[in-house]
Amino acid sequence: MYVKLSHGGGAKETRELIEKIFLKHLKNELLTNEDATILSLEGKVAVTTDSFTVSPIFFKGGDIGKLSVAGVVNDLSVMGAKPLYMSMGFIIEEGLSFEELEKIVISIKEEASKTGIKLITADTKVVPKGFCDKIYINATGIGKLLKEGISSTNLKEGDILIVSGPIGNHGATILSIRNDFDIDISSDCASLWEVIEPLLKEDIEIHAMRDLTRGGLASVLNEFAKSSNVEILINEEDIPIEQSVRGFCEILGIEPYSLACEGTFIMAIPKSDAEKAFNILKSHKLTEKAKVVGEVIKKGKEGAYVKTLYGSVRYLEEAPGELLPRIC
Amino acid sequence: MKTNLNSKEVILKAKDTIIKKVEKLGKPIKVMEFCGGHTHAIMRYGIDKLLKGYIEFIHGPGCPVCVASMDRIDLAIELAKIPNTIFTTYGDLLRVPGSHRKSLLDMRALGCDVRSVYSCLEAFDTALQNPNKNVVFFAIGFETTTPPTAVLLKKAKEHKLKNLFVVSNHVMTPPAVRYILNSGISHIDGIIGPGHVSVITGTKIYEEFDVSIVISGFEAFDILKAINMLLDQHIKGERKVENAYTRAVTEEGNKEAQKLIEETLDTRDSFSWRGIGSLPKSALKINDDYEIFDAEKVFDVKLPASKEHPLCICPKVITGVSKPTDCKLFGNLCTPENPIGSCMVSSEGACAAYYKYQEVELCM
Repeated sequence: MYVKLSHGGGAKETRELIEKIFLKHLKNELLTNEDATILSLEGKVAVTTDSFTVSPIFFKGGDIGKLSVAGVVNDLSVMGAKPLYMSMGFIIEEGLSFEELEKIVISIKEEASKTGIKLITADTKVVPKGFCDKIYINATGIGKLLKEGISSTNLKEGDILIVSGPIGNHGATILSIRNDFDIDISSDCASLWEVIEPLLKEDIEIHAMRDLTRGGLASVLNEFAKSSNVEILINEEDIPIEQSVRGFCEILGIEPYSLACEGTFIMAIPKSDAEKAFNILKSHKLTEKAKVVGEVIKKGKEGAYVKTLYGSVRYLEEAPGELLPRIC
Repeated sequence: MKTNLNSKEVILKAKDTIIKKVEKLGKPIKVMEFCGGHTHAIMRYGIDKLLKGYIEFIHGPGCPVCVASMDRIDLAIELAKIPNTIFTTYGDLLRVPGSHRKSLLDMRALGCDVRSVYSCLEAFDTALQNPNKNVVFFAIGFETTTPPTAVLLKKAKEHKLKNLFVVSNHVMTPPAVRYILNSGISHIDGIIGPGHVSVITGTKIYEEFDVSIVISGFEAFDILKAINMLLDQHIKGERKVENAYTRAVTEEGNKEAQKLIEETLDTRDSFSWRGIGSLPKSALKINDDYEIFDAEKVFDVKLPASKEHPLCICPKVITGVSKPTDCKLFGNLCTPENPIGSCMVSSEGACAAYYKYQEVELCM
């Protein structure tokens, strides 16, 4: 069985698709047949939206369903919000097998259960063959703000920068599949709430926090430097990178600093909170390899720099446009 | 216990050895790294900064994207525009702007089917999967990427493919080295010889040159080792070819690969290099046995008169006469996001390497 254009027509077949695949796995008391879901919210909330178009849709370490949930959960978490609800819009290319679609829906269910985020409204559309690449998912998340003031504009002179784990795994995994490399790399795709919640509860003074998605470490640090008008210096030898990712980058001639992660974050905190933070980070499997990679050296001028292994200091440049392998 | 040759201790020790030798000589040494891969590695590891004041690096013409002349880029763009064509080439080339400031990436956005491949054999698969379309592979590179193109041609013939066409832009290292040495445009005390190229060709192709050449690998330690060997030659007054990349390079090279090239490609009478102009017997074309796959013969493409940006000094950068920072466009109008000259496009290009790895003076 596979998805046909008629499954997007809004009639009987649409209802069948929704019931047999989506409601079968994702049903809860808030996901109803009404046109909108009614919610009661108290206090400040955080809202985020993201669209997921990853190709291939299944990869080592995850799939587009898991990625969508983790993406929304992480965007809420790094803002200091507890993930509560999410909406999802599915744009499906006709011809996608029911088997693949169900696999994705089960991933969504499993990943959501890790944080307790609930799918409360959803939509499906089917487009003709060739109009999208198997399936695109748009997801919006709502979270209850537990800690205010975490912001990329809030980095302070003397802050240390902690990366929660090895960087570049997701980007390297996707690129290796696209380029047909048989390399043992797995995406880091994961929901980070289980680690971020205790960091918030222990009242670590987090000034800024970001998950390292598109553009990787280089993009986030340049944005931090710009938004807070600070100079940031990181040490090349302290940046956690798995050997297989490093080797893959060497082969293609790309920098691991520009590769996407999907379950790794960076935070800026005062040195005095480092021990408390590491006690939490080291006790979670997701972040047991967390490391201090650098610090905010000065306020008043923007710049993100990296100190090479051999002592010289250079700009941490963001990758221009598409990541293209170099020739020789 | 194994020693990590790229560890801080080993590298800093190698650096000290080099500095001591240069101090004894009493003057800085000018070294040309021919290959773009070396330019990239030198900048990335900060070797130029480690040896500042002792070794002056002159960046050679060994970045294949940088030496591709504007009319070749224009040819690529015109071929990509032919209806019913899937145009394939290696990644970096996609960003180079042609005469009309449009790159292959722009052509893709405008509706042409342009694809980046990592291996040229992907073009073969694409041709098999799309029997109703013409697939063009725009082959580019020095001796390193030439054997795979030869394999592609052989496979196309074996399978009697009617829809796969190749443009050979393959260039050769010795004519470019000859040009640099004979033109006298920049004084060079020694050359760091290309690593990957030499894997194919062997070290024998450099024997004709009256200059110190040391073939090097691409790790920080490889490069420092090569510089150290060049210095030793300089101190002894020798000019010879030495191999510091023995784990990959032999004197004779890869004979199997050389045979594949001989069977499929012929030397062109002359070929235009960006920054250098026309160089005799410096590039390869598809030979008569394989001419049915030669896109230059099959497609009748009219090229616009090519034009360079008047302020771009890529030609001087490629030949080691100027540094990227001497260019008025560098870092202002010409950046990796919006490249004007080819040296800013490829990660092997000197301008892109300078831009990416600009030195920072920290006041702490």
